[in-house]
Amino acid sequence: MDFAAINPLIFFSTMVAASIPVLLAALGELVVEKSGVLNLGVEGMMIIGAVCGFIAIYHTGSPLFGVLASIIAGGLLALIFGILTQVLHSNQVATGLALTLFGLGLSALLGQPYAGIKPPTFPKPDFGLLGDLPVLGQLFFKYDYLVYVAFILVVGVSYFLNRTRGGLILRSIGENHDAAHALGYHVVRVRLAAIMFGGGCAGLGGGYLAMIRVPQWTEGMTAGVGWIALALVVFASWRPYRVILGAFLFGGVTLLQLNLQAVGIKVNPAYLSMAPYLITIVALVVISGSSNRLSTQAPGSLGRLFHKTM
Amino acid sequence: MSLEEGEICALLGENGSGKSTLVKMMYGLVKPDEGEMIFQSRTYSPSNPNEARLAGIAMVFQHFSLFDALTVAENIALGMVDPPPFNKLSREIEEKGKAYGLLLNPDSMVGTLSAGERQRVEIIRCLLQNPKILIMDEPTSVLTPQEANVLFEALRNLAAEGTTILYISHKLEEIKTLCSTATILRAGKVVATCNPEEKSARQLAEMMVGTSIVTPKRTEAQGNRDGQPLFRVEDIEKEASSNFGTSLREISFEVWQGEVFGIGGIAGNGQDELMEVLSGEVLPKGGTIKLNGHDLARLNPNERRKRGLLFAPEQRVGHSAAGEMSLTENAYLTAADRKALSQAGIINWSRAAEFSRTIINQFDVRTPSTDNFAQSLSGGNLQKFVIGREILQNPELLIVNQPTWGVDAAAAASIRQKLIDLADSGAAVVVISQDIDELLEISDYISVLSGGHLSKARPVQELSREDIGLMMGASQESLSEVVV
Amino acid sequence: MLVFERRREPSRFWTAITPVLAVLVTLIAGGIMFAILGKNPVEAIKTIFWAPIFDPNLSAYARPQILVKAAPLVLIAIGLSIGFKANIWNIGAEGQYIMGAILGGGVALAFYPLEAWWIFPLMIVSGIVGGIAWAMIPALLKIKFRTNEILVSLMLVYVSEHFLASVSLGLLRNPDGIGFPGSRNLQHYTSASNGELFVGTGIHLGVIVALVSIFALYGLIRFHRLGFQVRVTGQSVRISRFAGVNPNLMVIFCLAASGGLAGLAGIFELSGPAGQLSIDFNVGYGFTAIIVAFLGRLNPFGIALAALLMSLTYIGGDLAQFMLNLPSAAIQALQGMLLFFLLSMDFLSQYRITIKHWARG
Repeated sequence: MDFAAINPLIFFSTMVAASIPVLLAALGELVVEKSGVLNLGVEGMMIIGAVCGFIAIYHTGSPLFGVLASIIAGGLLALIFGILTQVLHSNQVATGLALTLFGLGLSALLGQPYAGIKPPTFPKPDFGLLGDLPVLGQLFFKYDYLVYVAFILVVGVSYFLNRTRGGLILRSIGENHDAAHALGYHVVRVRLAAIMFGGGCAGLGGGYLAMIRVPQWTEGMTAGVGWIALALVVFASWRPYRVILGAFLFGGVTLLQLNLQAVGIKVNPAYLSMAPYLITIVALVVISGSSNRLSTQAPGSLGRLFHKTM
Repeated sequence: MSLEEGEICALLGENGSGKSTLVKMMYGLVKPDEGEMIFQSRTYSPSNPNEARLAGIAMVFQHFSLFDALTVAENIALGMVDPPPFNKLSREIEEKGKAYGLLLNPDSMVGTLSAGERQRVEIIRCLLQNPKILIMDEPTSVLTPQEANVLFEALRNLAAEGTTILYISHKLEEIKTLCSTATILRAGKVVATCNPEEKSARQLAEMMVGTSIVTPKRTEAQGNRDGQPLFRVEDIEKEASSNFGTSLREISFEVWQGEVFGIGGIAGNGQDELMEVLSGEVLPKGGTIKLNGHDLARLNPNERRKRGLLFAPEQRVGHSAAGEMSLTENAYLTAADRKALSQAGIINWSRAAEFSRTIINQFDVRTPSTDNFAQSLSGGNLQKFVIGREILQNPELLIVNQPTWGVDAAAAASIRQKLIDLADSGAAVVVISQDIDELLEISDYISVLSGGHLSKARPVQELSREDIGLMMGASQESLSEVVV
Repeated sequence: MLVFERRREPSRFWTAITPVLAVLVTLIAGGIMFAILGKNPVEAIKTIFWAPIFDPNLSAYARPQILVKAAPLVLIAIGLSIGFKANIWNIGAEGQYIMGAILGGGVALAFYPLEAWWIFPLMIVSGIVGGIAWAMIPALLKIKFRTNEILVSLMLVYVSEHFLASVSLGLLRNPDGIGFPGSRNLQHYTSASNGELFVGTGIHLGVIVALVSIFALYGLIRFHRLGFQVRVTGQSVRISRFAGVNPNLMVIFCLAASGGLAGLAGIFELSGPAGQLSIDFNVGYGFTAIIVAFLGRLNPFGIALAALLMSLTYIGGDLAQFMLNLPSAAIQALQGMLLFFLLSMDFLSQYRITIKHWARG
């Protein structure tokens, strides 16, 4: 084998790009869970975002429309989940699963005519001289627009949750929905908004996969990334900046196993392909085993049913 | 009903008489079906709590309004219409605290505070709004008598400054000392308005309940403490299982046949933990729990039941009874072995149904049938069912936690009588309760659980309310010192 | 305005009727979906739901096939329903199904070409063991480290799929297969073949076992203390502790039951209808069974009916793909939709909806 064939600069920048779908999806789910809702439908929302984004960018040729379509599709699917769980009080676990199954089916149906087609290329911002800097240019200024959007979004979510009144209200609802209701906050409304935001983020993450990362449409192309995003939220202990760390870890492992396959390491490629999933399990074990609720900032009402008693 | 400026008015009534609904209307949480409220000569109909707060009405809740994982300052900001920035808010919290003797650290996590401190958070949250009317829902249920006196002093000061206080309680003595008028509700209607100082506690209680109340009476011949104790707990230790729990420290006590052993103390001082360790839901770190000389400390709840140790925890739905299961299934829940309701794992449902019918008849449980879900029963009826289920299994020792919490007066009296009868029949009863009057009424010996420590047991004849209050306060004081 | 009032007890009438309503609404919504795809909705619905049972040219073949395809769904869903009742969520039955097939098939192939009576039972037991072993990973991690069993069991599905790919191309590849991927065909290995019990029907031992499992679950839940404890755990962990249940043992039991039955379904499928291990051996029974469990309301007889319905959509879906060129994914979307409608209609059994007027001040 030849590890020297792996260029660390290229490895880093590819890893950043590889981590964006799971980063976006996990960030959205983090907000949803902070409001006290567990949406297991991330995988379904991602894949719907992927197929809708792909269809939109393919037909309009406009990256902006592609992005919007991804966000709206993910958000609409999330809205179904929101109405079922928040208004009709259905079981969150079952509804999240239904969302994933439905999303996978519907996306396969919608995407069938588009399999194997290349989408138009997605533009990258031009940083002029910055992009020409040695090392730094490669590390920071060579990405497409959505990479920067994703990182700005992490900063924004963190600021919103910890520094604004809206964020405080959202956290209070996730912590104890009965108390928040008693103080006059609209539990259902805030949660619906959070769920839609989560759906939009997941949709965009899926869209990134289909429009930029791969870029083409294949059935079931999210391949568990949505579930990994759910695990990442736990791994990140519900803290936005740590989601970046988790996403890099996942992106790095995925990339490393691909690289190892490419350099012809003498391990069955099937075993290498298992690595991201196994690493996710290990990460879950490490975090879950060593933490209590306060230090992880896990919301107190997560997944519990809220019904106004009056 | 009406409220005057600067008065402290009591709102009295049993559980379910409509007190909570009435104040929730004032606070904008519930809309009245008809009728109106007039506040400062204007029609007042808040559509949400924010409007109520803006109009100058603030409320201190009995439960459900603090967020454990948020700080004191964040909790307070959430209860304000337009909170100042956090550093300014923190200063204001400290200033108000000093002014009324309610000291708090704005940066502490609420989940780590004691019950008394949590209540301070609620009160300061209200005071920062400079309310015209302050509603307090059962504020002393979590306080020692001494802490309650501090609160009363603060309330009198507030009233003197012109704030109207609406004080909800069913504790008649404190209403007599604090309030200048009392409005009494029964079954959703105002039945009387009076000056509580002019009435006796008994008269107030009868107005509240609508009938005269029979106080349960102990027979004088109590079990004498000769020979070996029936039940002996020695040096039980248990670390707190959650962030906000209490660790148990060297718990020891002894119970003889035929006696009711009372354990006082405010909820949150290790009561739930003690109950779980005694029942075997969690195992203690060290120590022994001996019944008739056999150590049960390592056994699970069913093994303990087989040996004659039975339990009724505080929370009914979700702990001592399964809300979404029928009464028959709930009867089977703990009586499977002692009543032989299953053989080799196969359940005999007709025997279980028969047993649940017996409970219903002997304990006067009001329910349409044995097939109804436990959660469809009122609190009092379900508690009678739970206590009945355990008593009818002929325990050697029954341990109950808060036997009459949230139960109407008539049911409470009948439950206390049944516990006394059980002790008189030769079994023993351990009652964990935060209701001092209840303990004085039924116990032979009383000790107090405070901050995870259990005090030495003393015969009830030697004790007064104040003594118990002092025993309860011991650890609370040390906690407040830390905060100061 | 409409007021939702929580019923103190769920309405039995609505509990029974909602699955039927959900199916009807799905038919309508599905019809609309097919119309949007440019297919004749009536034709499509008829092909999927009617033709396999009643079309004289197809029913002789399709009717027994419905039972054959329902068998793994029943076995897996019966197992899952035990855990779901106790709020223990094994979502990775697909992985346990694969691992059951791999271990069972591997054991059988290890003895090839030996012919002996004990090979078949050994293979079946190995299949169950494979499923249980795979399910013990999320169970033990949950007990020891409090990890979420949903995520772990699901991650293991992807791991097992890659494992399946590796063994069917490597370790268990048919040495006489002239380079084709996939294992030997167990149907051609008499001692390990799970053959037809009734000629021409395709009905194999798994169908009978599935039928037995329905009654076994009914007995367990209704009349056995263990089943009672499962239901109590579903009410709350706290009350189950109070009732003397060890929550850790309950996690093990539920995951072992669902994993074992999924593994059993896997080995029956491998040694029967599928025949050989290959990359595309698993077809999503493990996930569809989740829908089956919910649609059947975690009730054994409900599960049987739901499995038959799902199986019908598989067979009808194949027909529609063949006759109307309808994409196979449409069936998956239809199944997801059905679960949505069912979940949303559960509301009717939990809540009473009344119209309330308020008098104005």
